[in-house]
Amino acid sequence: MMMGRATLMEVLSLGRPVAGARPWPRVVLDDRAWRALVGHMAVADWVLLAEWGGPDEVHVALRDEETGEIAIATRASADRRFFALGPVRPGAIRLERAIRDLWGLAPEGLEDQRPWLDHGHWPVHHPLGAASPPQPARPYRFLAAEGEGLHQVPVGPVHAGIIEPGHFRFHVQGETVVRLEARLGYVHKGISAAMAGQTPAGAARVAGRVSGDSTVAYALAFAHAVEAASDCSPPPRAVWLRAVLAEIERIANHVFDIGAICNDAGFPLALSEASLLREMLLRANESLFGHRLAMDRVIPGGLACDIDEAGAALLAATLTRFGKRFQRLVALYRDTPSLLDRTIGAGVVAGALVYRFGAGGFVGRAASRGVDARKVPGYPPYDQLDFVIPVRAEGDVDARIEIRIAEIRISLDLLARLLAGLPSGPVAAAVPRAAGEGLGVVEGFRGKILVWVRLAEDGTVAQCHPHDPSWFQWPLLEAAIEGNILADFPLCNKSFNCSYSGVDL
Amino acid sequence: MPLNHLLFRNIVKGHRTEPAPASDAHAAAELARGAPGAGLGRSLALRVVDCGSCNGCELELHAATGPAYDLDHLGLHVVASPRHADALVVTGPVSANMEPALRRTAQAVPRPNRVVALGDCAGDGGCFAGTYAVKGGVGQILPVDLHIPGCPPTPTRILAGLRALMDRER
Ligand code: SF4
Repeated sequence: MMMGRATLMEVLSLGRPVAGARPWPRVVLDDRAWRALVGHMAVADWVLLAEWGGPDEVHVALRDEETGEIAIATRASADRRFFALGPVRPGAIRLERAIRDLWGLAPEGLEDQRPWLDHGHWPVHHPLGAASPPQPARPYRFLAAEGEGLHQVPVGPVHAGIIEPGHFRFHVQGETVVRLEARLGYVHKGISAAMAGQTPAGAARVAGRVSGDSTVAYALAFAHAVEAASDCSPPPRAVWLRAVLAEIERIANHVFDIGAICNDAGFPLALSEASLLREMLLRANESLFGHRLAMDRVIPGGLACDIDEAGAALLAATLTRFGKRFQRLVALYRDTPSLLDRTIGAGVVAGALVYRFGAGGFVGRAASRGVDARKVPGYPPYDQLDFVIPVRAEGDVDARIEIRIAEIRISLDLLARLLAGLPSGPVAAAVPRAAGEGLGVVEGFRGKILVWVRLAEDGTVAQCHPHDPSWFQWPLLEAAIEGNILADFPLCNKSFNCSYSGVDL
Repeated sequence: MPLNHLLFRNIVKGHRTEPAPASDAHAAAELARGAPGAGLGRSLALRVVDCGSCNGCELELHAATGPAYDLDHLGLHVVASPRHADALVVTGPVSANMEPALRRTAQAVPRPNRVVALGDCAGDGGCFAGTYAVKGGVGQILPVDLHIPGCPPTPTRILAGLRALMDRER
C-alpha cells in the first residue's frame, strides 16, 4: 500500500483502466486496491461525486481537489460485497444503502444496515442484481432520541398541499426540534430499469423525468454522457441554445422557490408575484420551444428545437421585462422586516458539514462552499463566458435566498450574452451507434447533476445511472432544523427544496 | 414602501387571470360513461396525492392554483386533508412504495367522491410503465372517474378537465 501523500491518479494506477470510458478514466480495482483507495480517502481532499452499483460491481466518481482530476473507480465485486465508503464519506451512507437494496451488493463496515429504497413492496428483492423472491417488509427503526419530555411527531409520506411524498420523523421537546430523520424512497419508480435497453433517444425521455423541475439539466447531463460515450459532438448552435434553456430553467425554479419560501413564512404576496414571474418564462418556453418546461428539447446529439431571429429577440425582450419586475420582488423581500425576521438565522447549516457531505448548489454556496459545475469541471459554452459564482458564509434561510437572487441576476446576464452571440448552423448531429461509456456533469438549479451511461454494441443503453445533488443536501436539512422550532420546518425545508423524485430514482 | 407600492399597483393595474377554459368535452364524455355519481355541488375540494410523479405534474398543478390561472375562482380548491376532500387528484405511475399510502388516503375521503388521474404517468405508467417498482397507473389501484392527459398537462388543460368534473355535478 502506498503511504504518504498520493494523488487520485497515483492511487488508481494500482488498477486496470477500462477502454472506451470518456471523458474521464474509469479504473477497475481489486479488493485490496479498493481498500487502499478508501484508506486514502480518509485523509485526502477527494470529493465524492457519486456512487452507484452495477451487476457485480460498485462505481465511485471522485474528484481530486488538488489536481482537479476526475475519475471513476470500480470495485469488481463477484463476491457481492464491497468495503464501504460511508465511514469516511457520510454522504455515501444512503447511496450504499440504495446500492444494497437495488443490486444486492453488501457494503461492509457500514454501521447503518437498514434498507433505504426497498420498503418491502416490490415483487422482487434486489431487483437490478441477482433478483430473488421478495422479503416481507419489516418495521423501519428510526434513530432514537431520549430525554425528559421528548415526543415524536411523524409526518408523511402524504403531506398537506401539492408536494412530493416522504416521511419525516421529528423528535421534539416542547416546540424545539431535537432530531429529524427523513425516510425517503416512496417515489422510487425503477428509473435505471426504465432506461435499460432503450435507444439513447428513448432513454433521454426518461432522463428528462428523473426530476421534472430539472428536466433540461438532466436531459443535458444525459446527452453529455451519451455524446462522450459515442464520440459525438453537438453543433455549436445547439450548445449555446442548450445553455439558454438551462438558464431559463434555473431562473424559473429559483424565482418560484423564493416566493414559496416567503409563503411558508406567512407572506403569500411574494409567492403570487413569483408565480407570475415564473409564468412569464414558461409561456416563453411554450411559444418558442413548444413545451412549458422544455421537456424533451435537449436530445443526444443536440436539440429538438430551434428559434429564429424574431424568437431570440422576443425572448430577450421578455427577459428584460422579467428582470425589471424581479427587482420589485427582491425589494419586497429585503424591505419587509417581519419576513427577514423569519429567514435570518433560521435553518443554519455549518460550512464544515457542507464540506463533509460535499453538498453543492445554493445549499453549499450559502455556507461557504463555492462550487459550480459550469466552472469546474466546466463545459461549453460556459468556458467562453465570464461569470461569477456567488458565495455567502451565513448558511441560513436568508443566505440561501440571497444566493438564488444573485444567481437569477447572473443567469439573466448570461442569457443576454447567449442570445446575442448565438452561432448559426444546424442544431443536431447524428449520434453514431457504438459501444462506450460516458459521464456527464451539469449544474442544475440545485447543484451538480451526474449521469453515467454505458452503451452496448448496438448503441442502446446497457446501463444508466443519474445522480441528483439532493443526495448530499437532504442529510444537511436534518442538521439545519436541529434547535429550530417545529413550525419553521416548512420554511427551512422549502429553502433547501431537495428533490424527492431525483434521489428516489 | 415596496409592500404598499406593490399592493397598490396590483389593485390598479394588476395581472389579469386567464379567462377560464371551457370544460373539456372529452373529459365530460369520459365522466358520463362512468357510474352515475351523486351530486357533489359546484365547489369541489381536491386532495392531491403524488404517487411517484417526476414532480413535473406538481409544478403545473402549482401553476394552476397560482394567480395566472386561479383554480379557486372556479370554485375548486386544494385541501390539506383527505377528510375534507370531494375528489382525489393522483399523479405519477403509482410506485409500489406509495400504493399503501394511496389506498389509505382514498379510504379517508368521504363518499361520494371522485378520483382524477392527472398526467400520462397516472394514466398508464407513462415512460415508467413495466418496471418492478410501479403499478402502471392509478386505475390499477382505484376506480378512476377522469383522466387528464399530458406530460405534464398544462394548467389550462388541468382547469378544463377539472371543470368537466364540476359541470357534471350541476
Ligand atoms: S406525466 Fe410527465 S410530468 Fe407528470 S409525473 Fe409523469 S413524467 Fe412527470
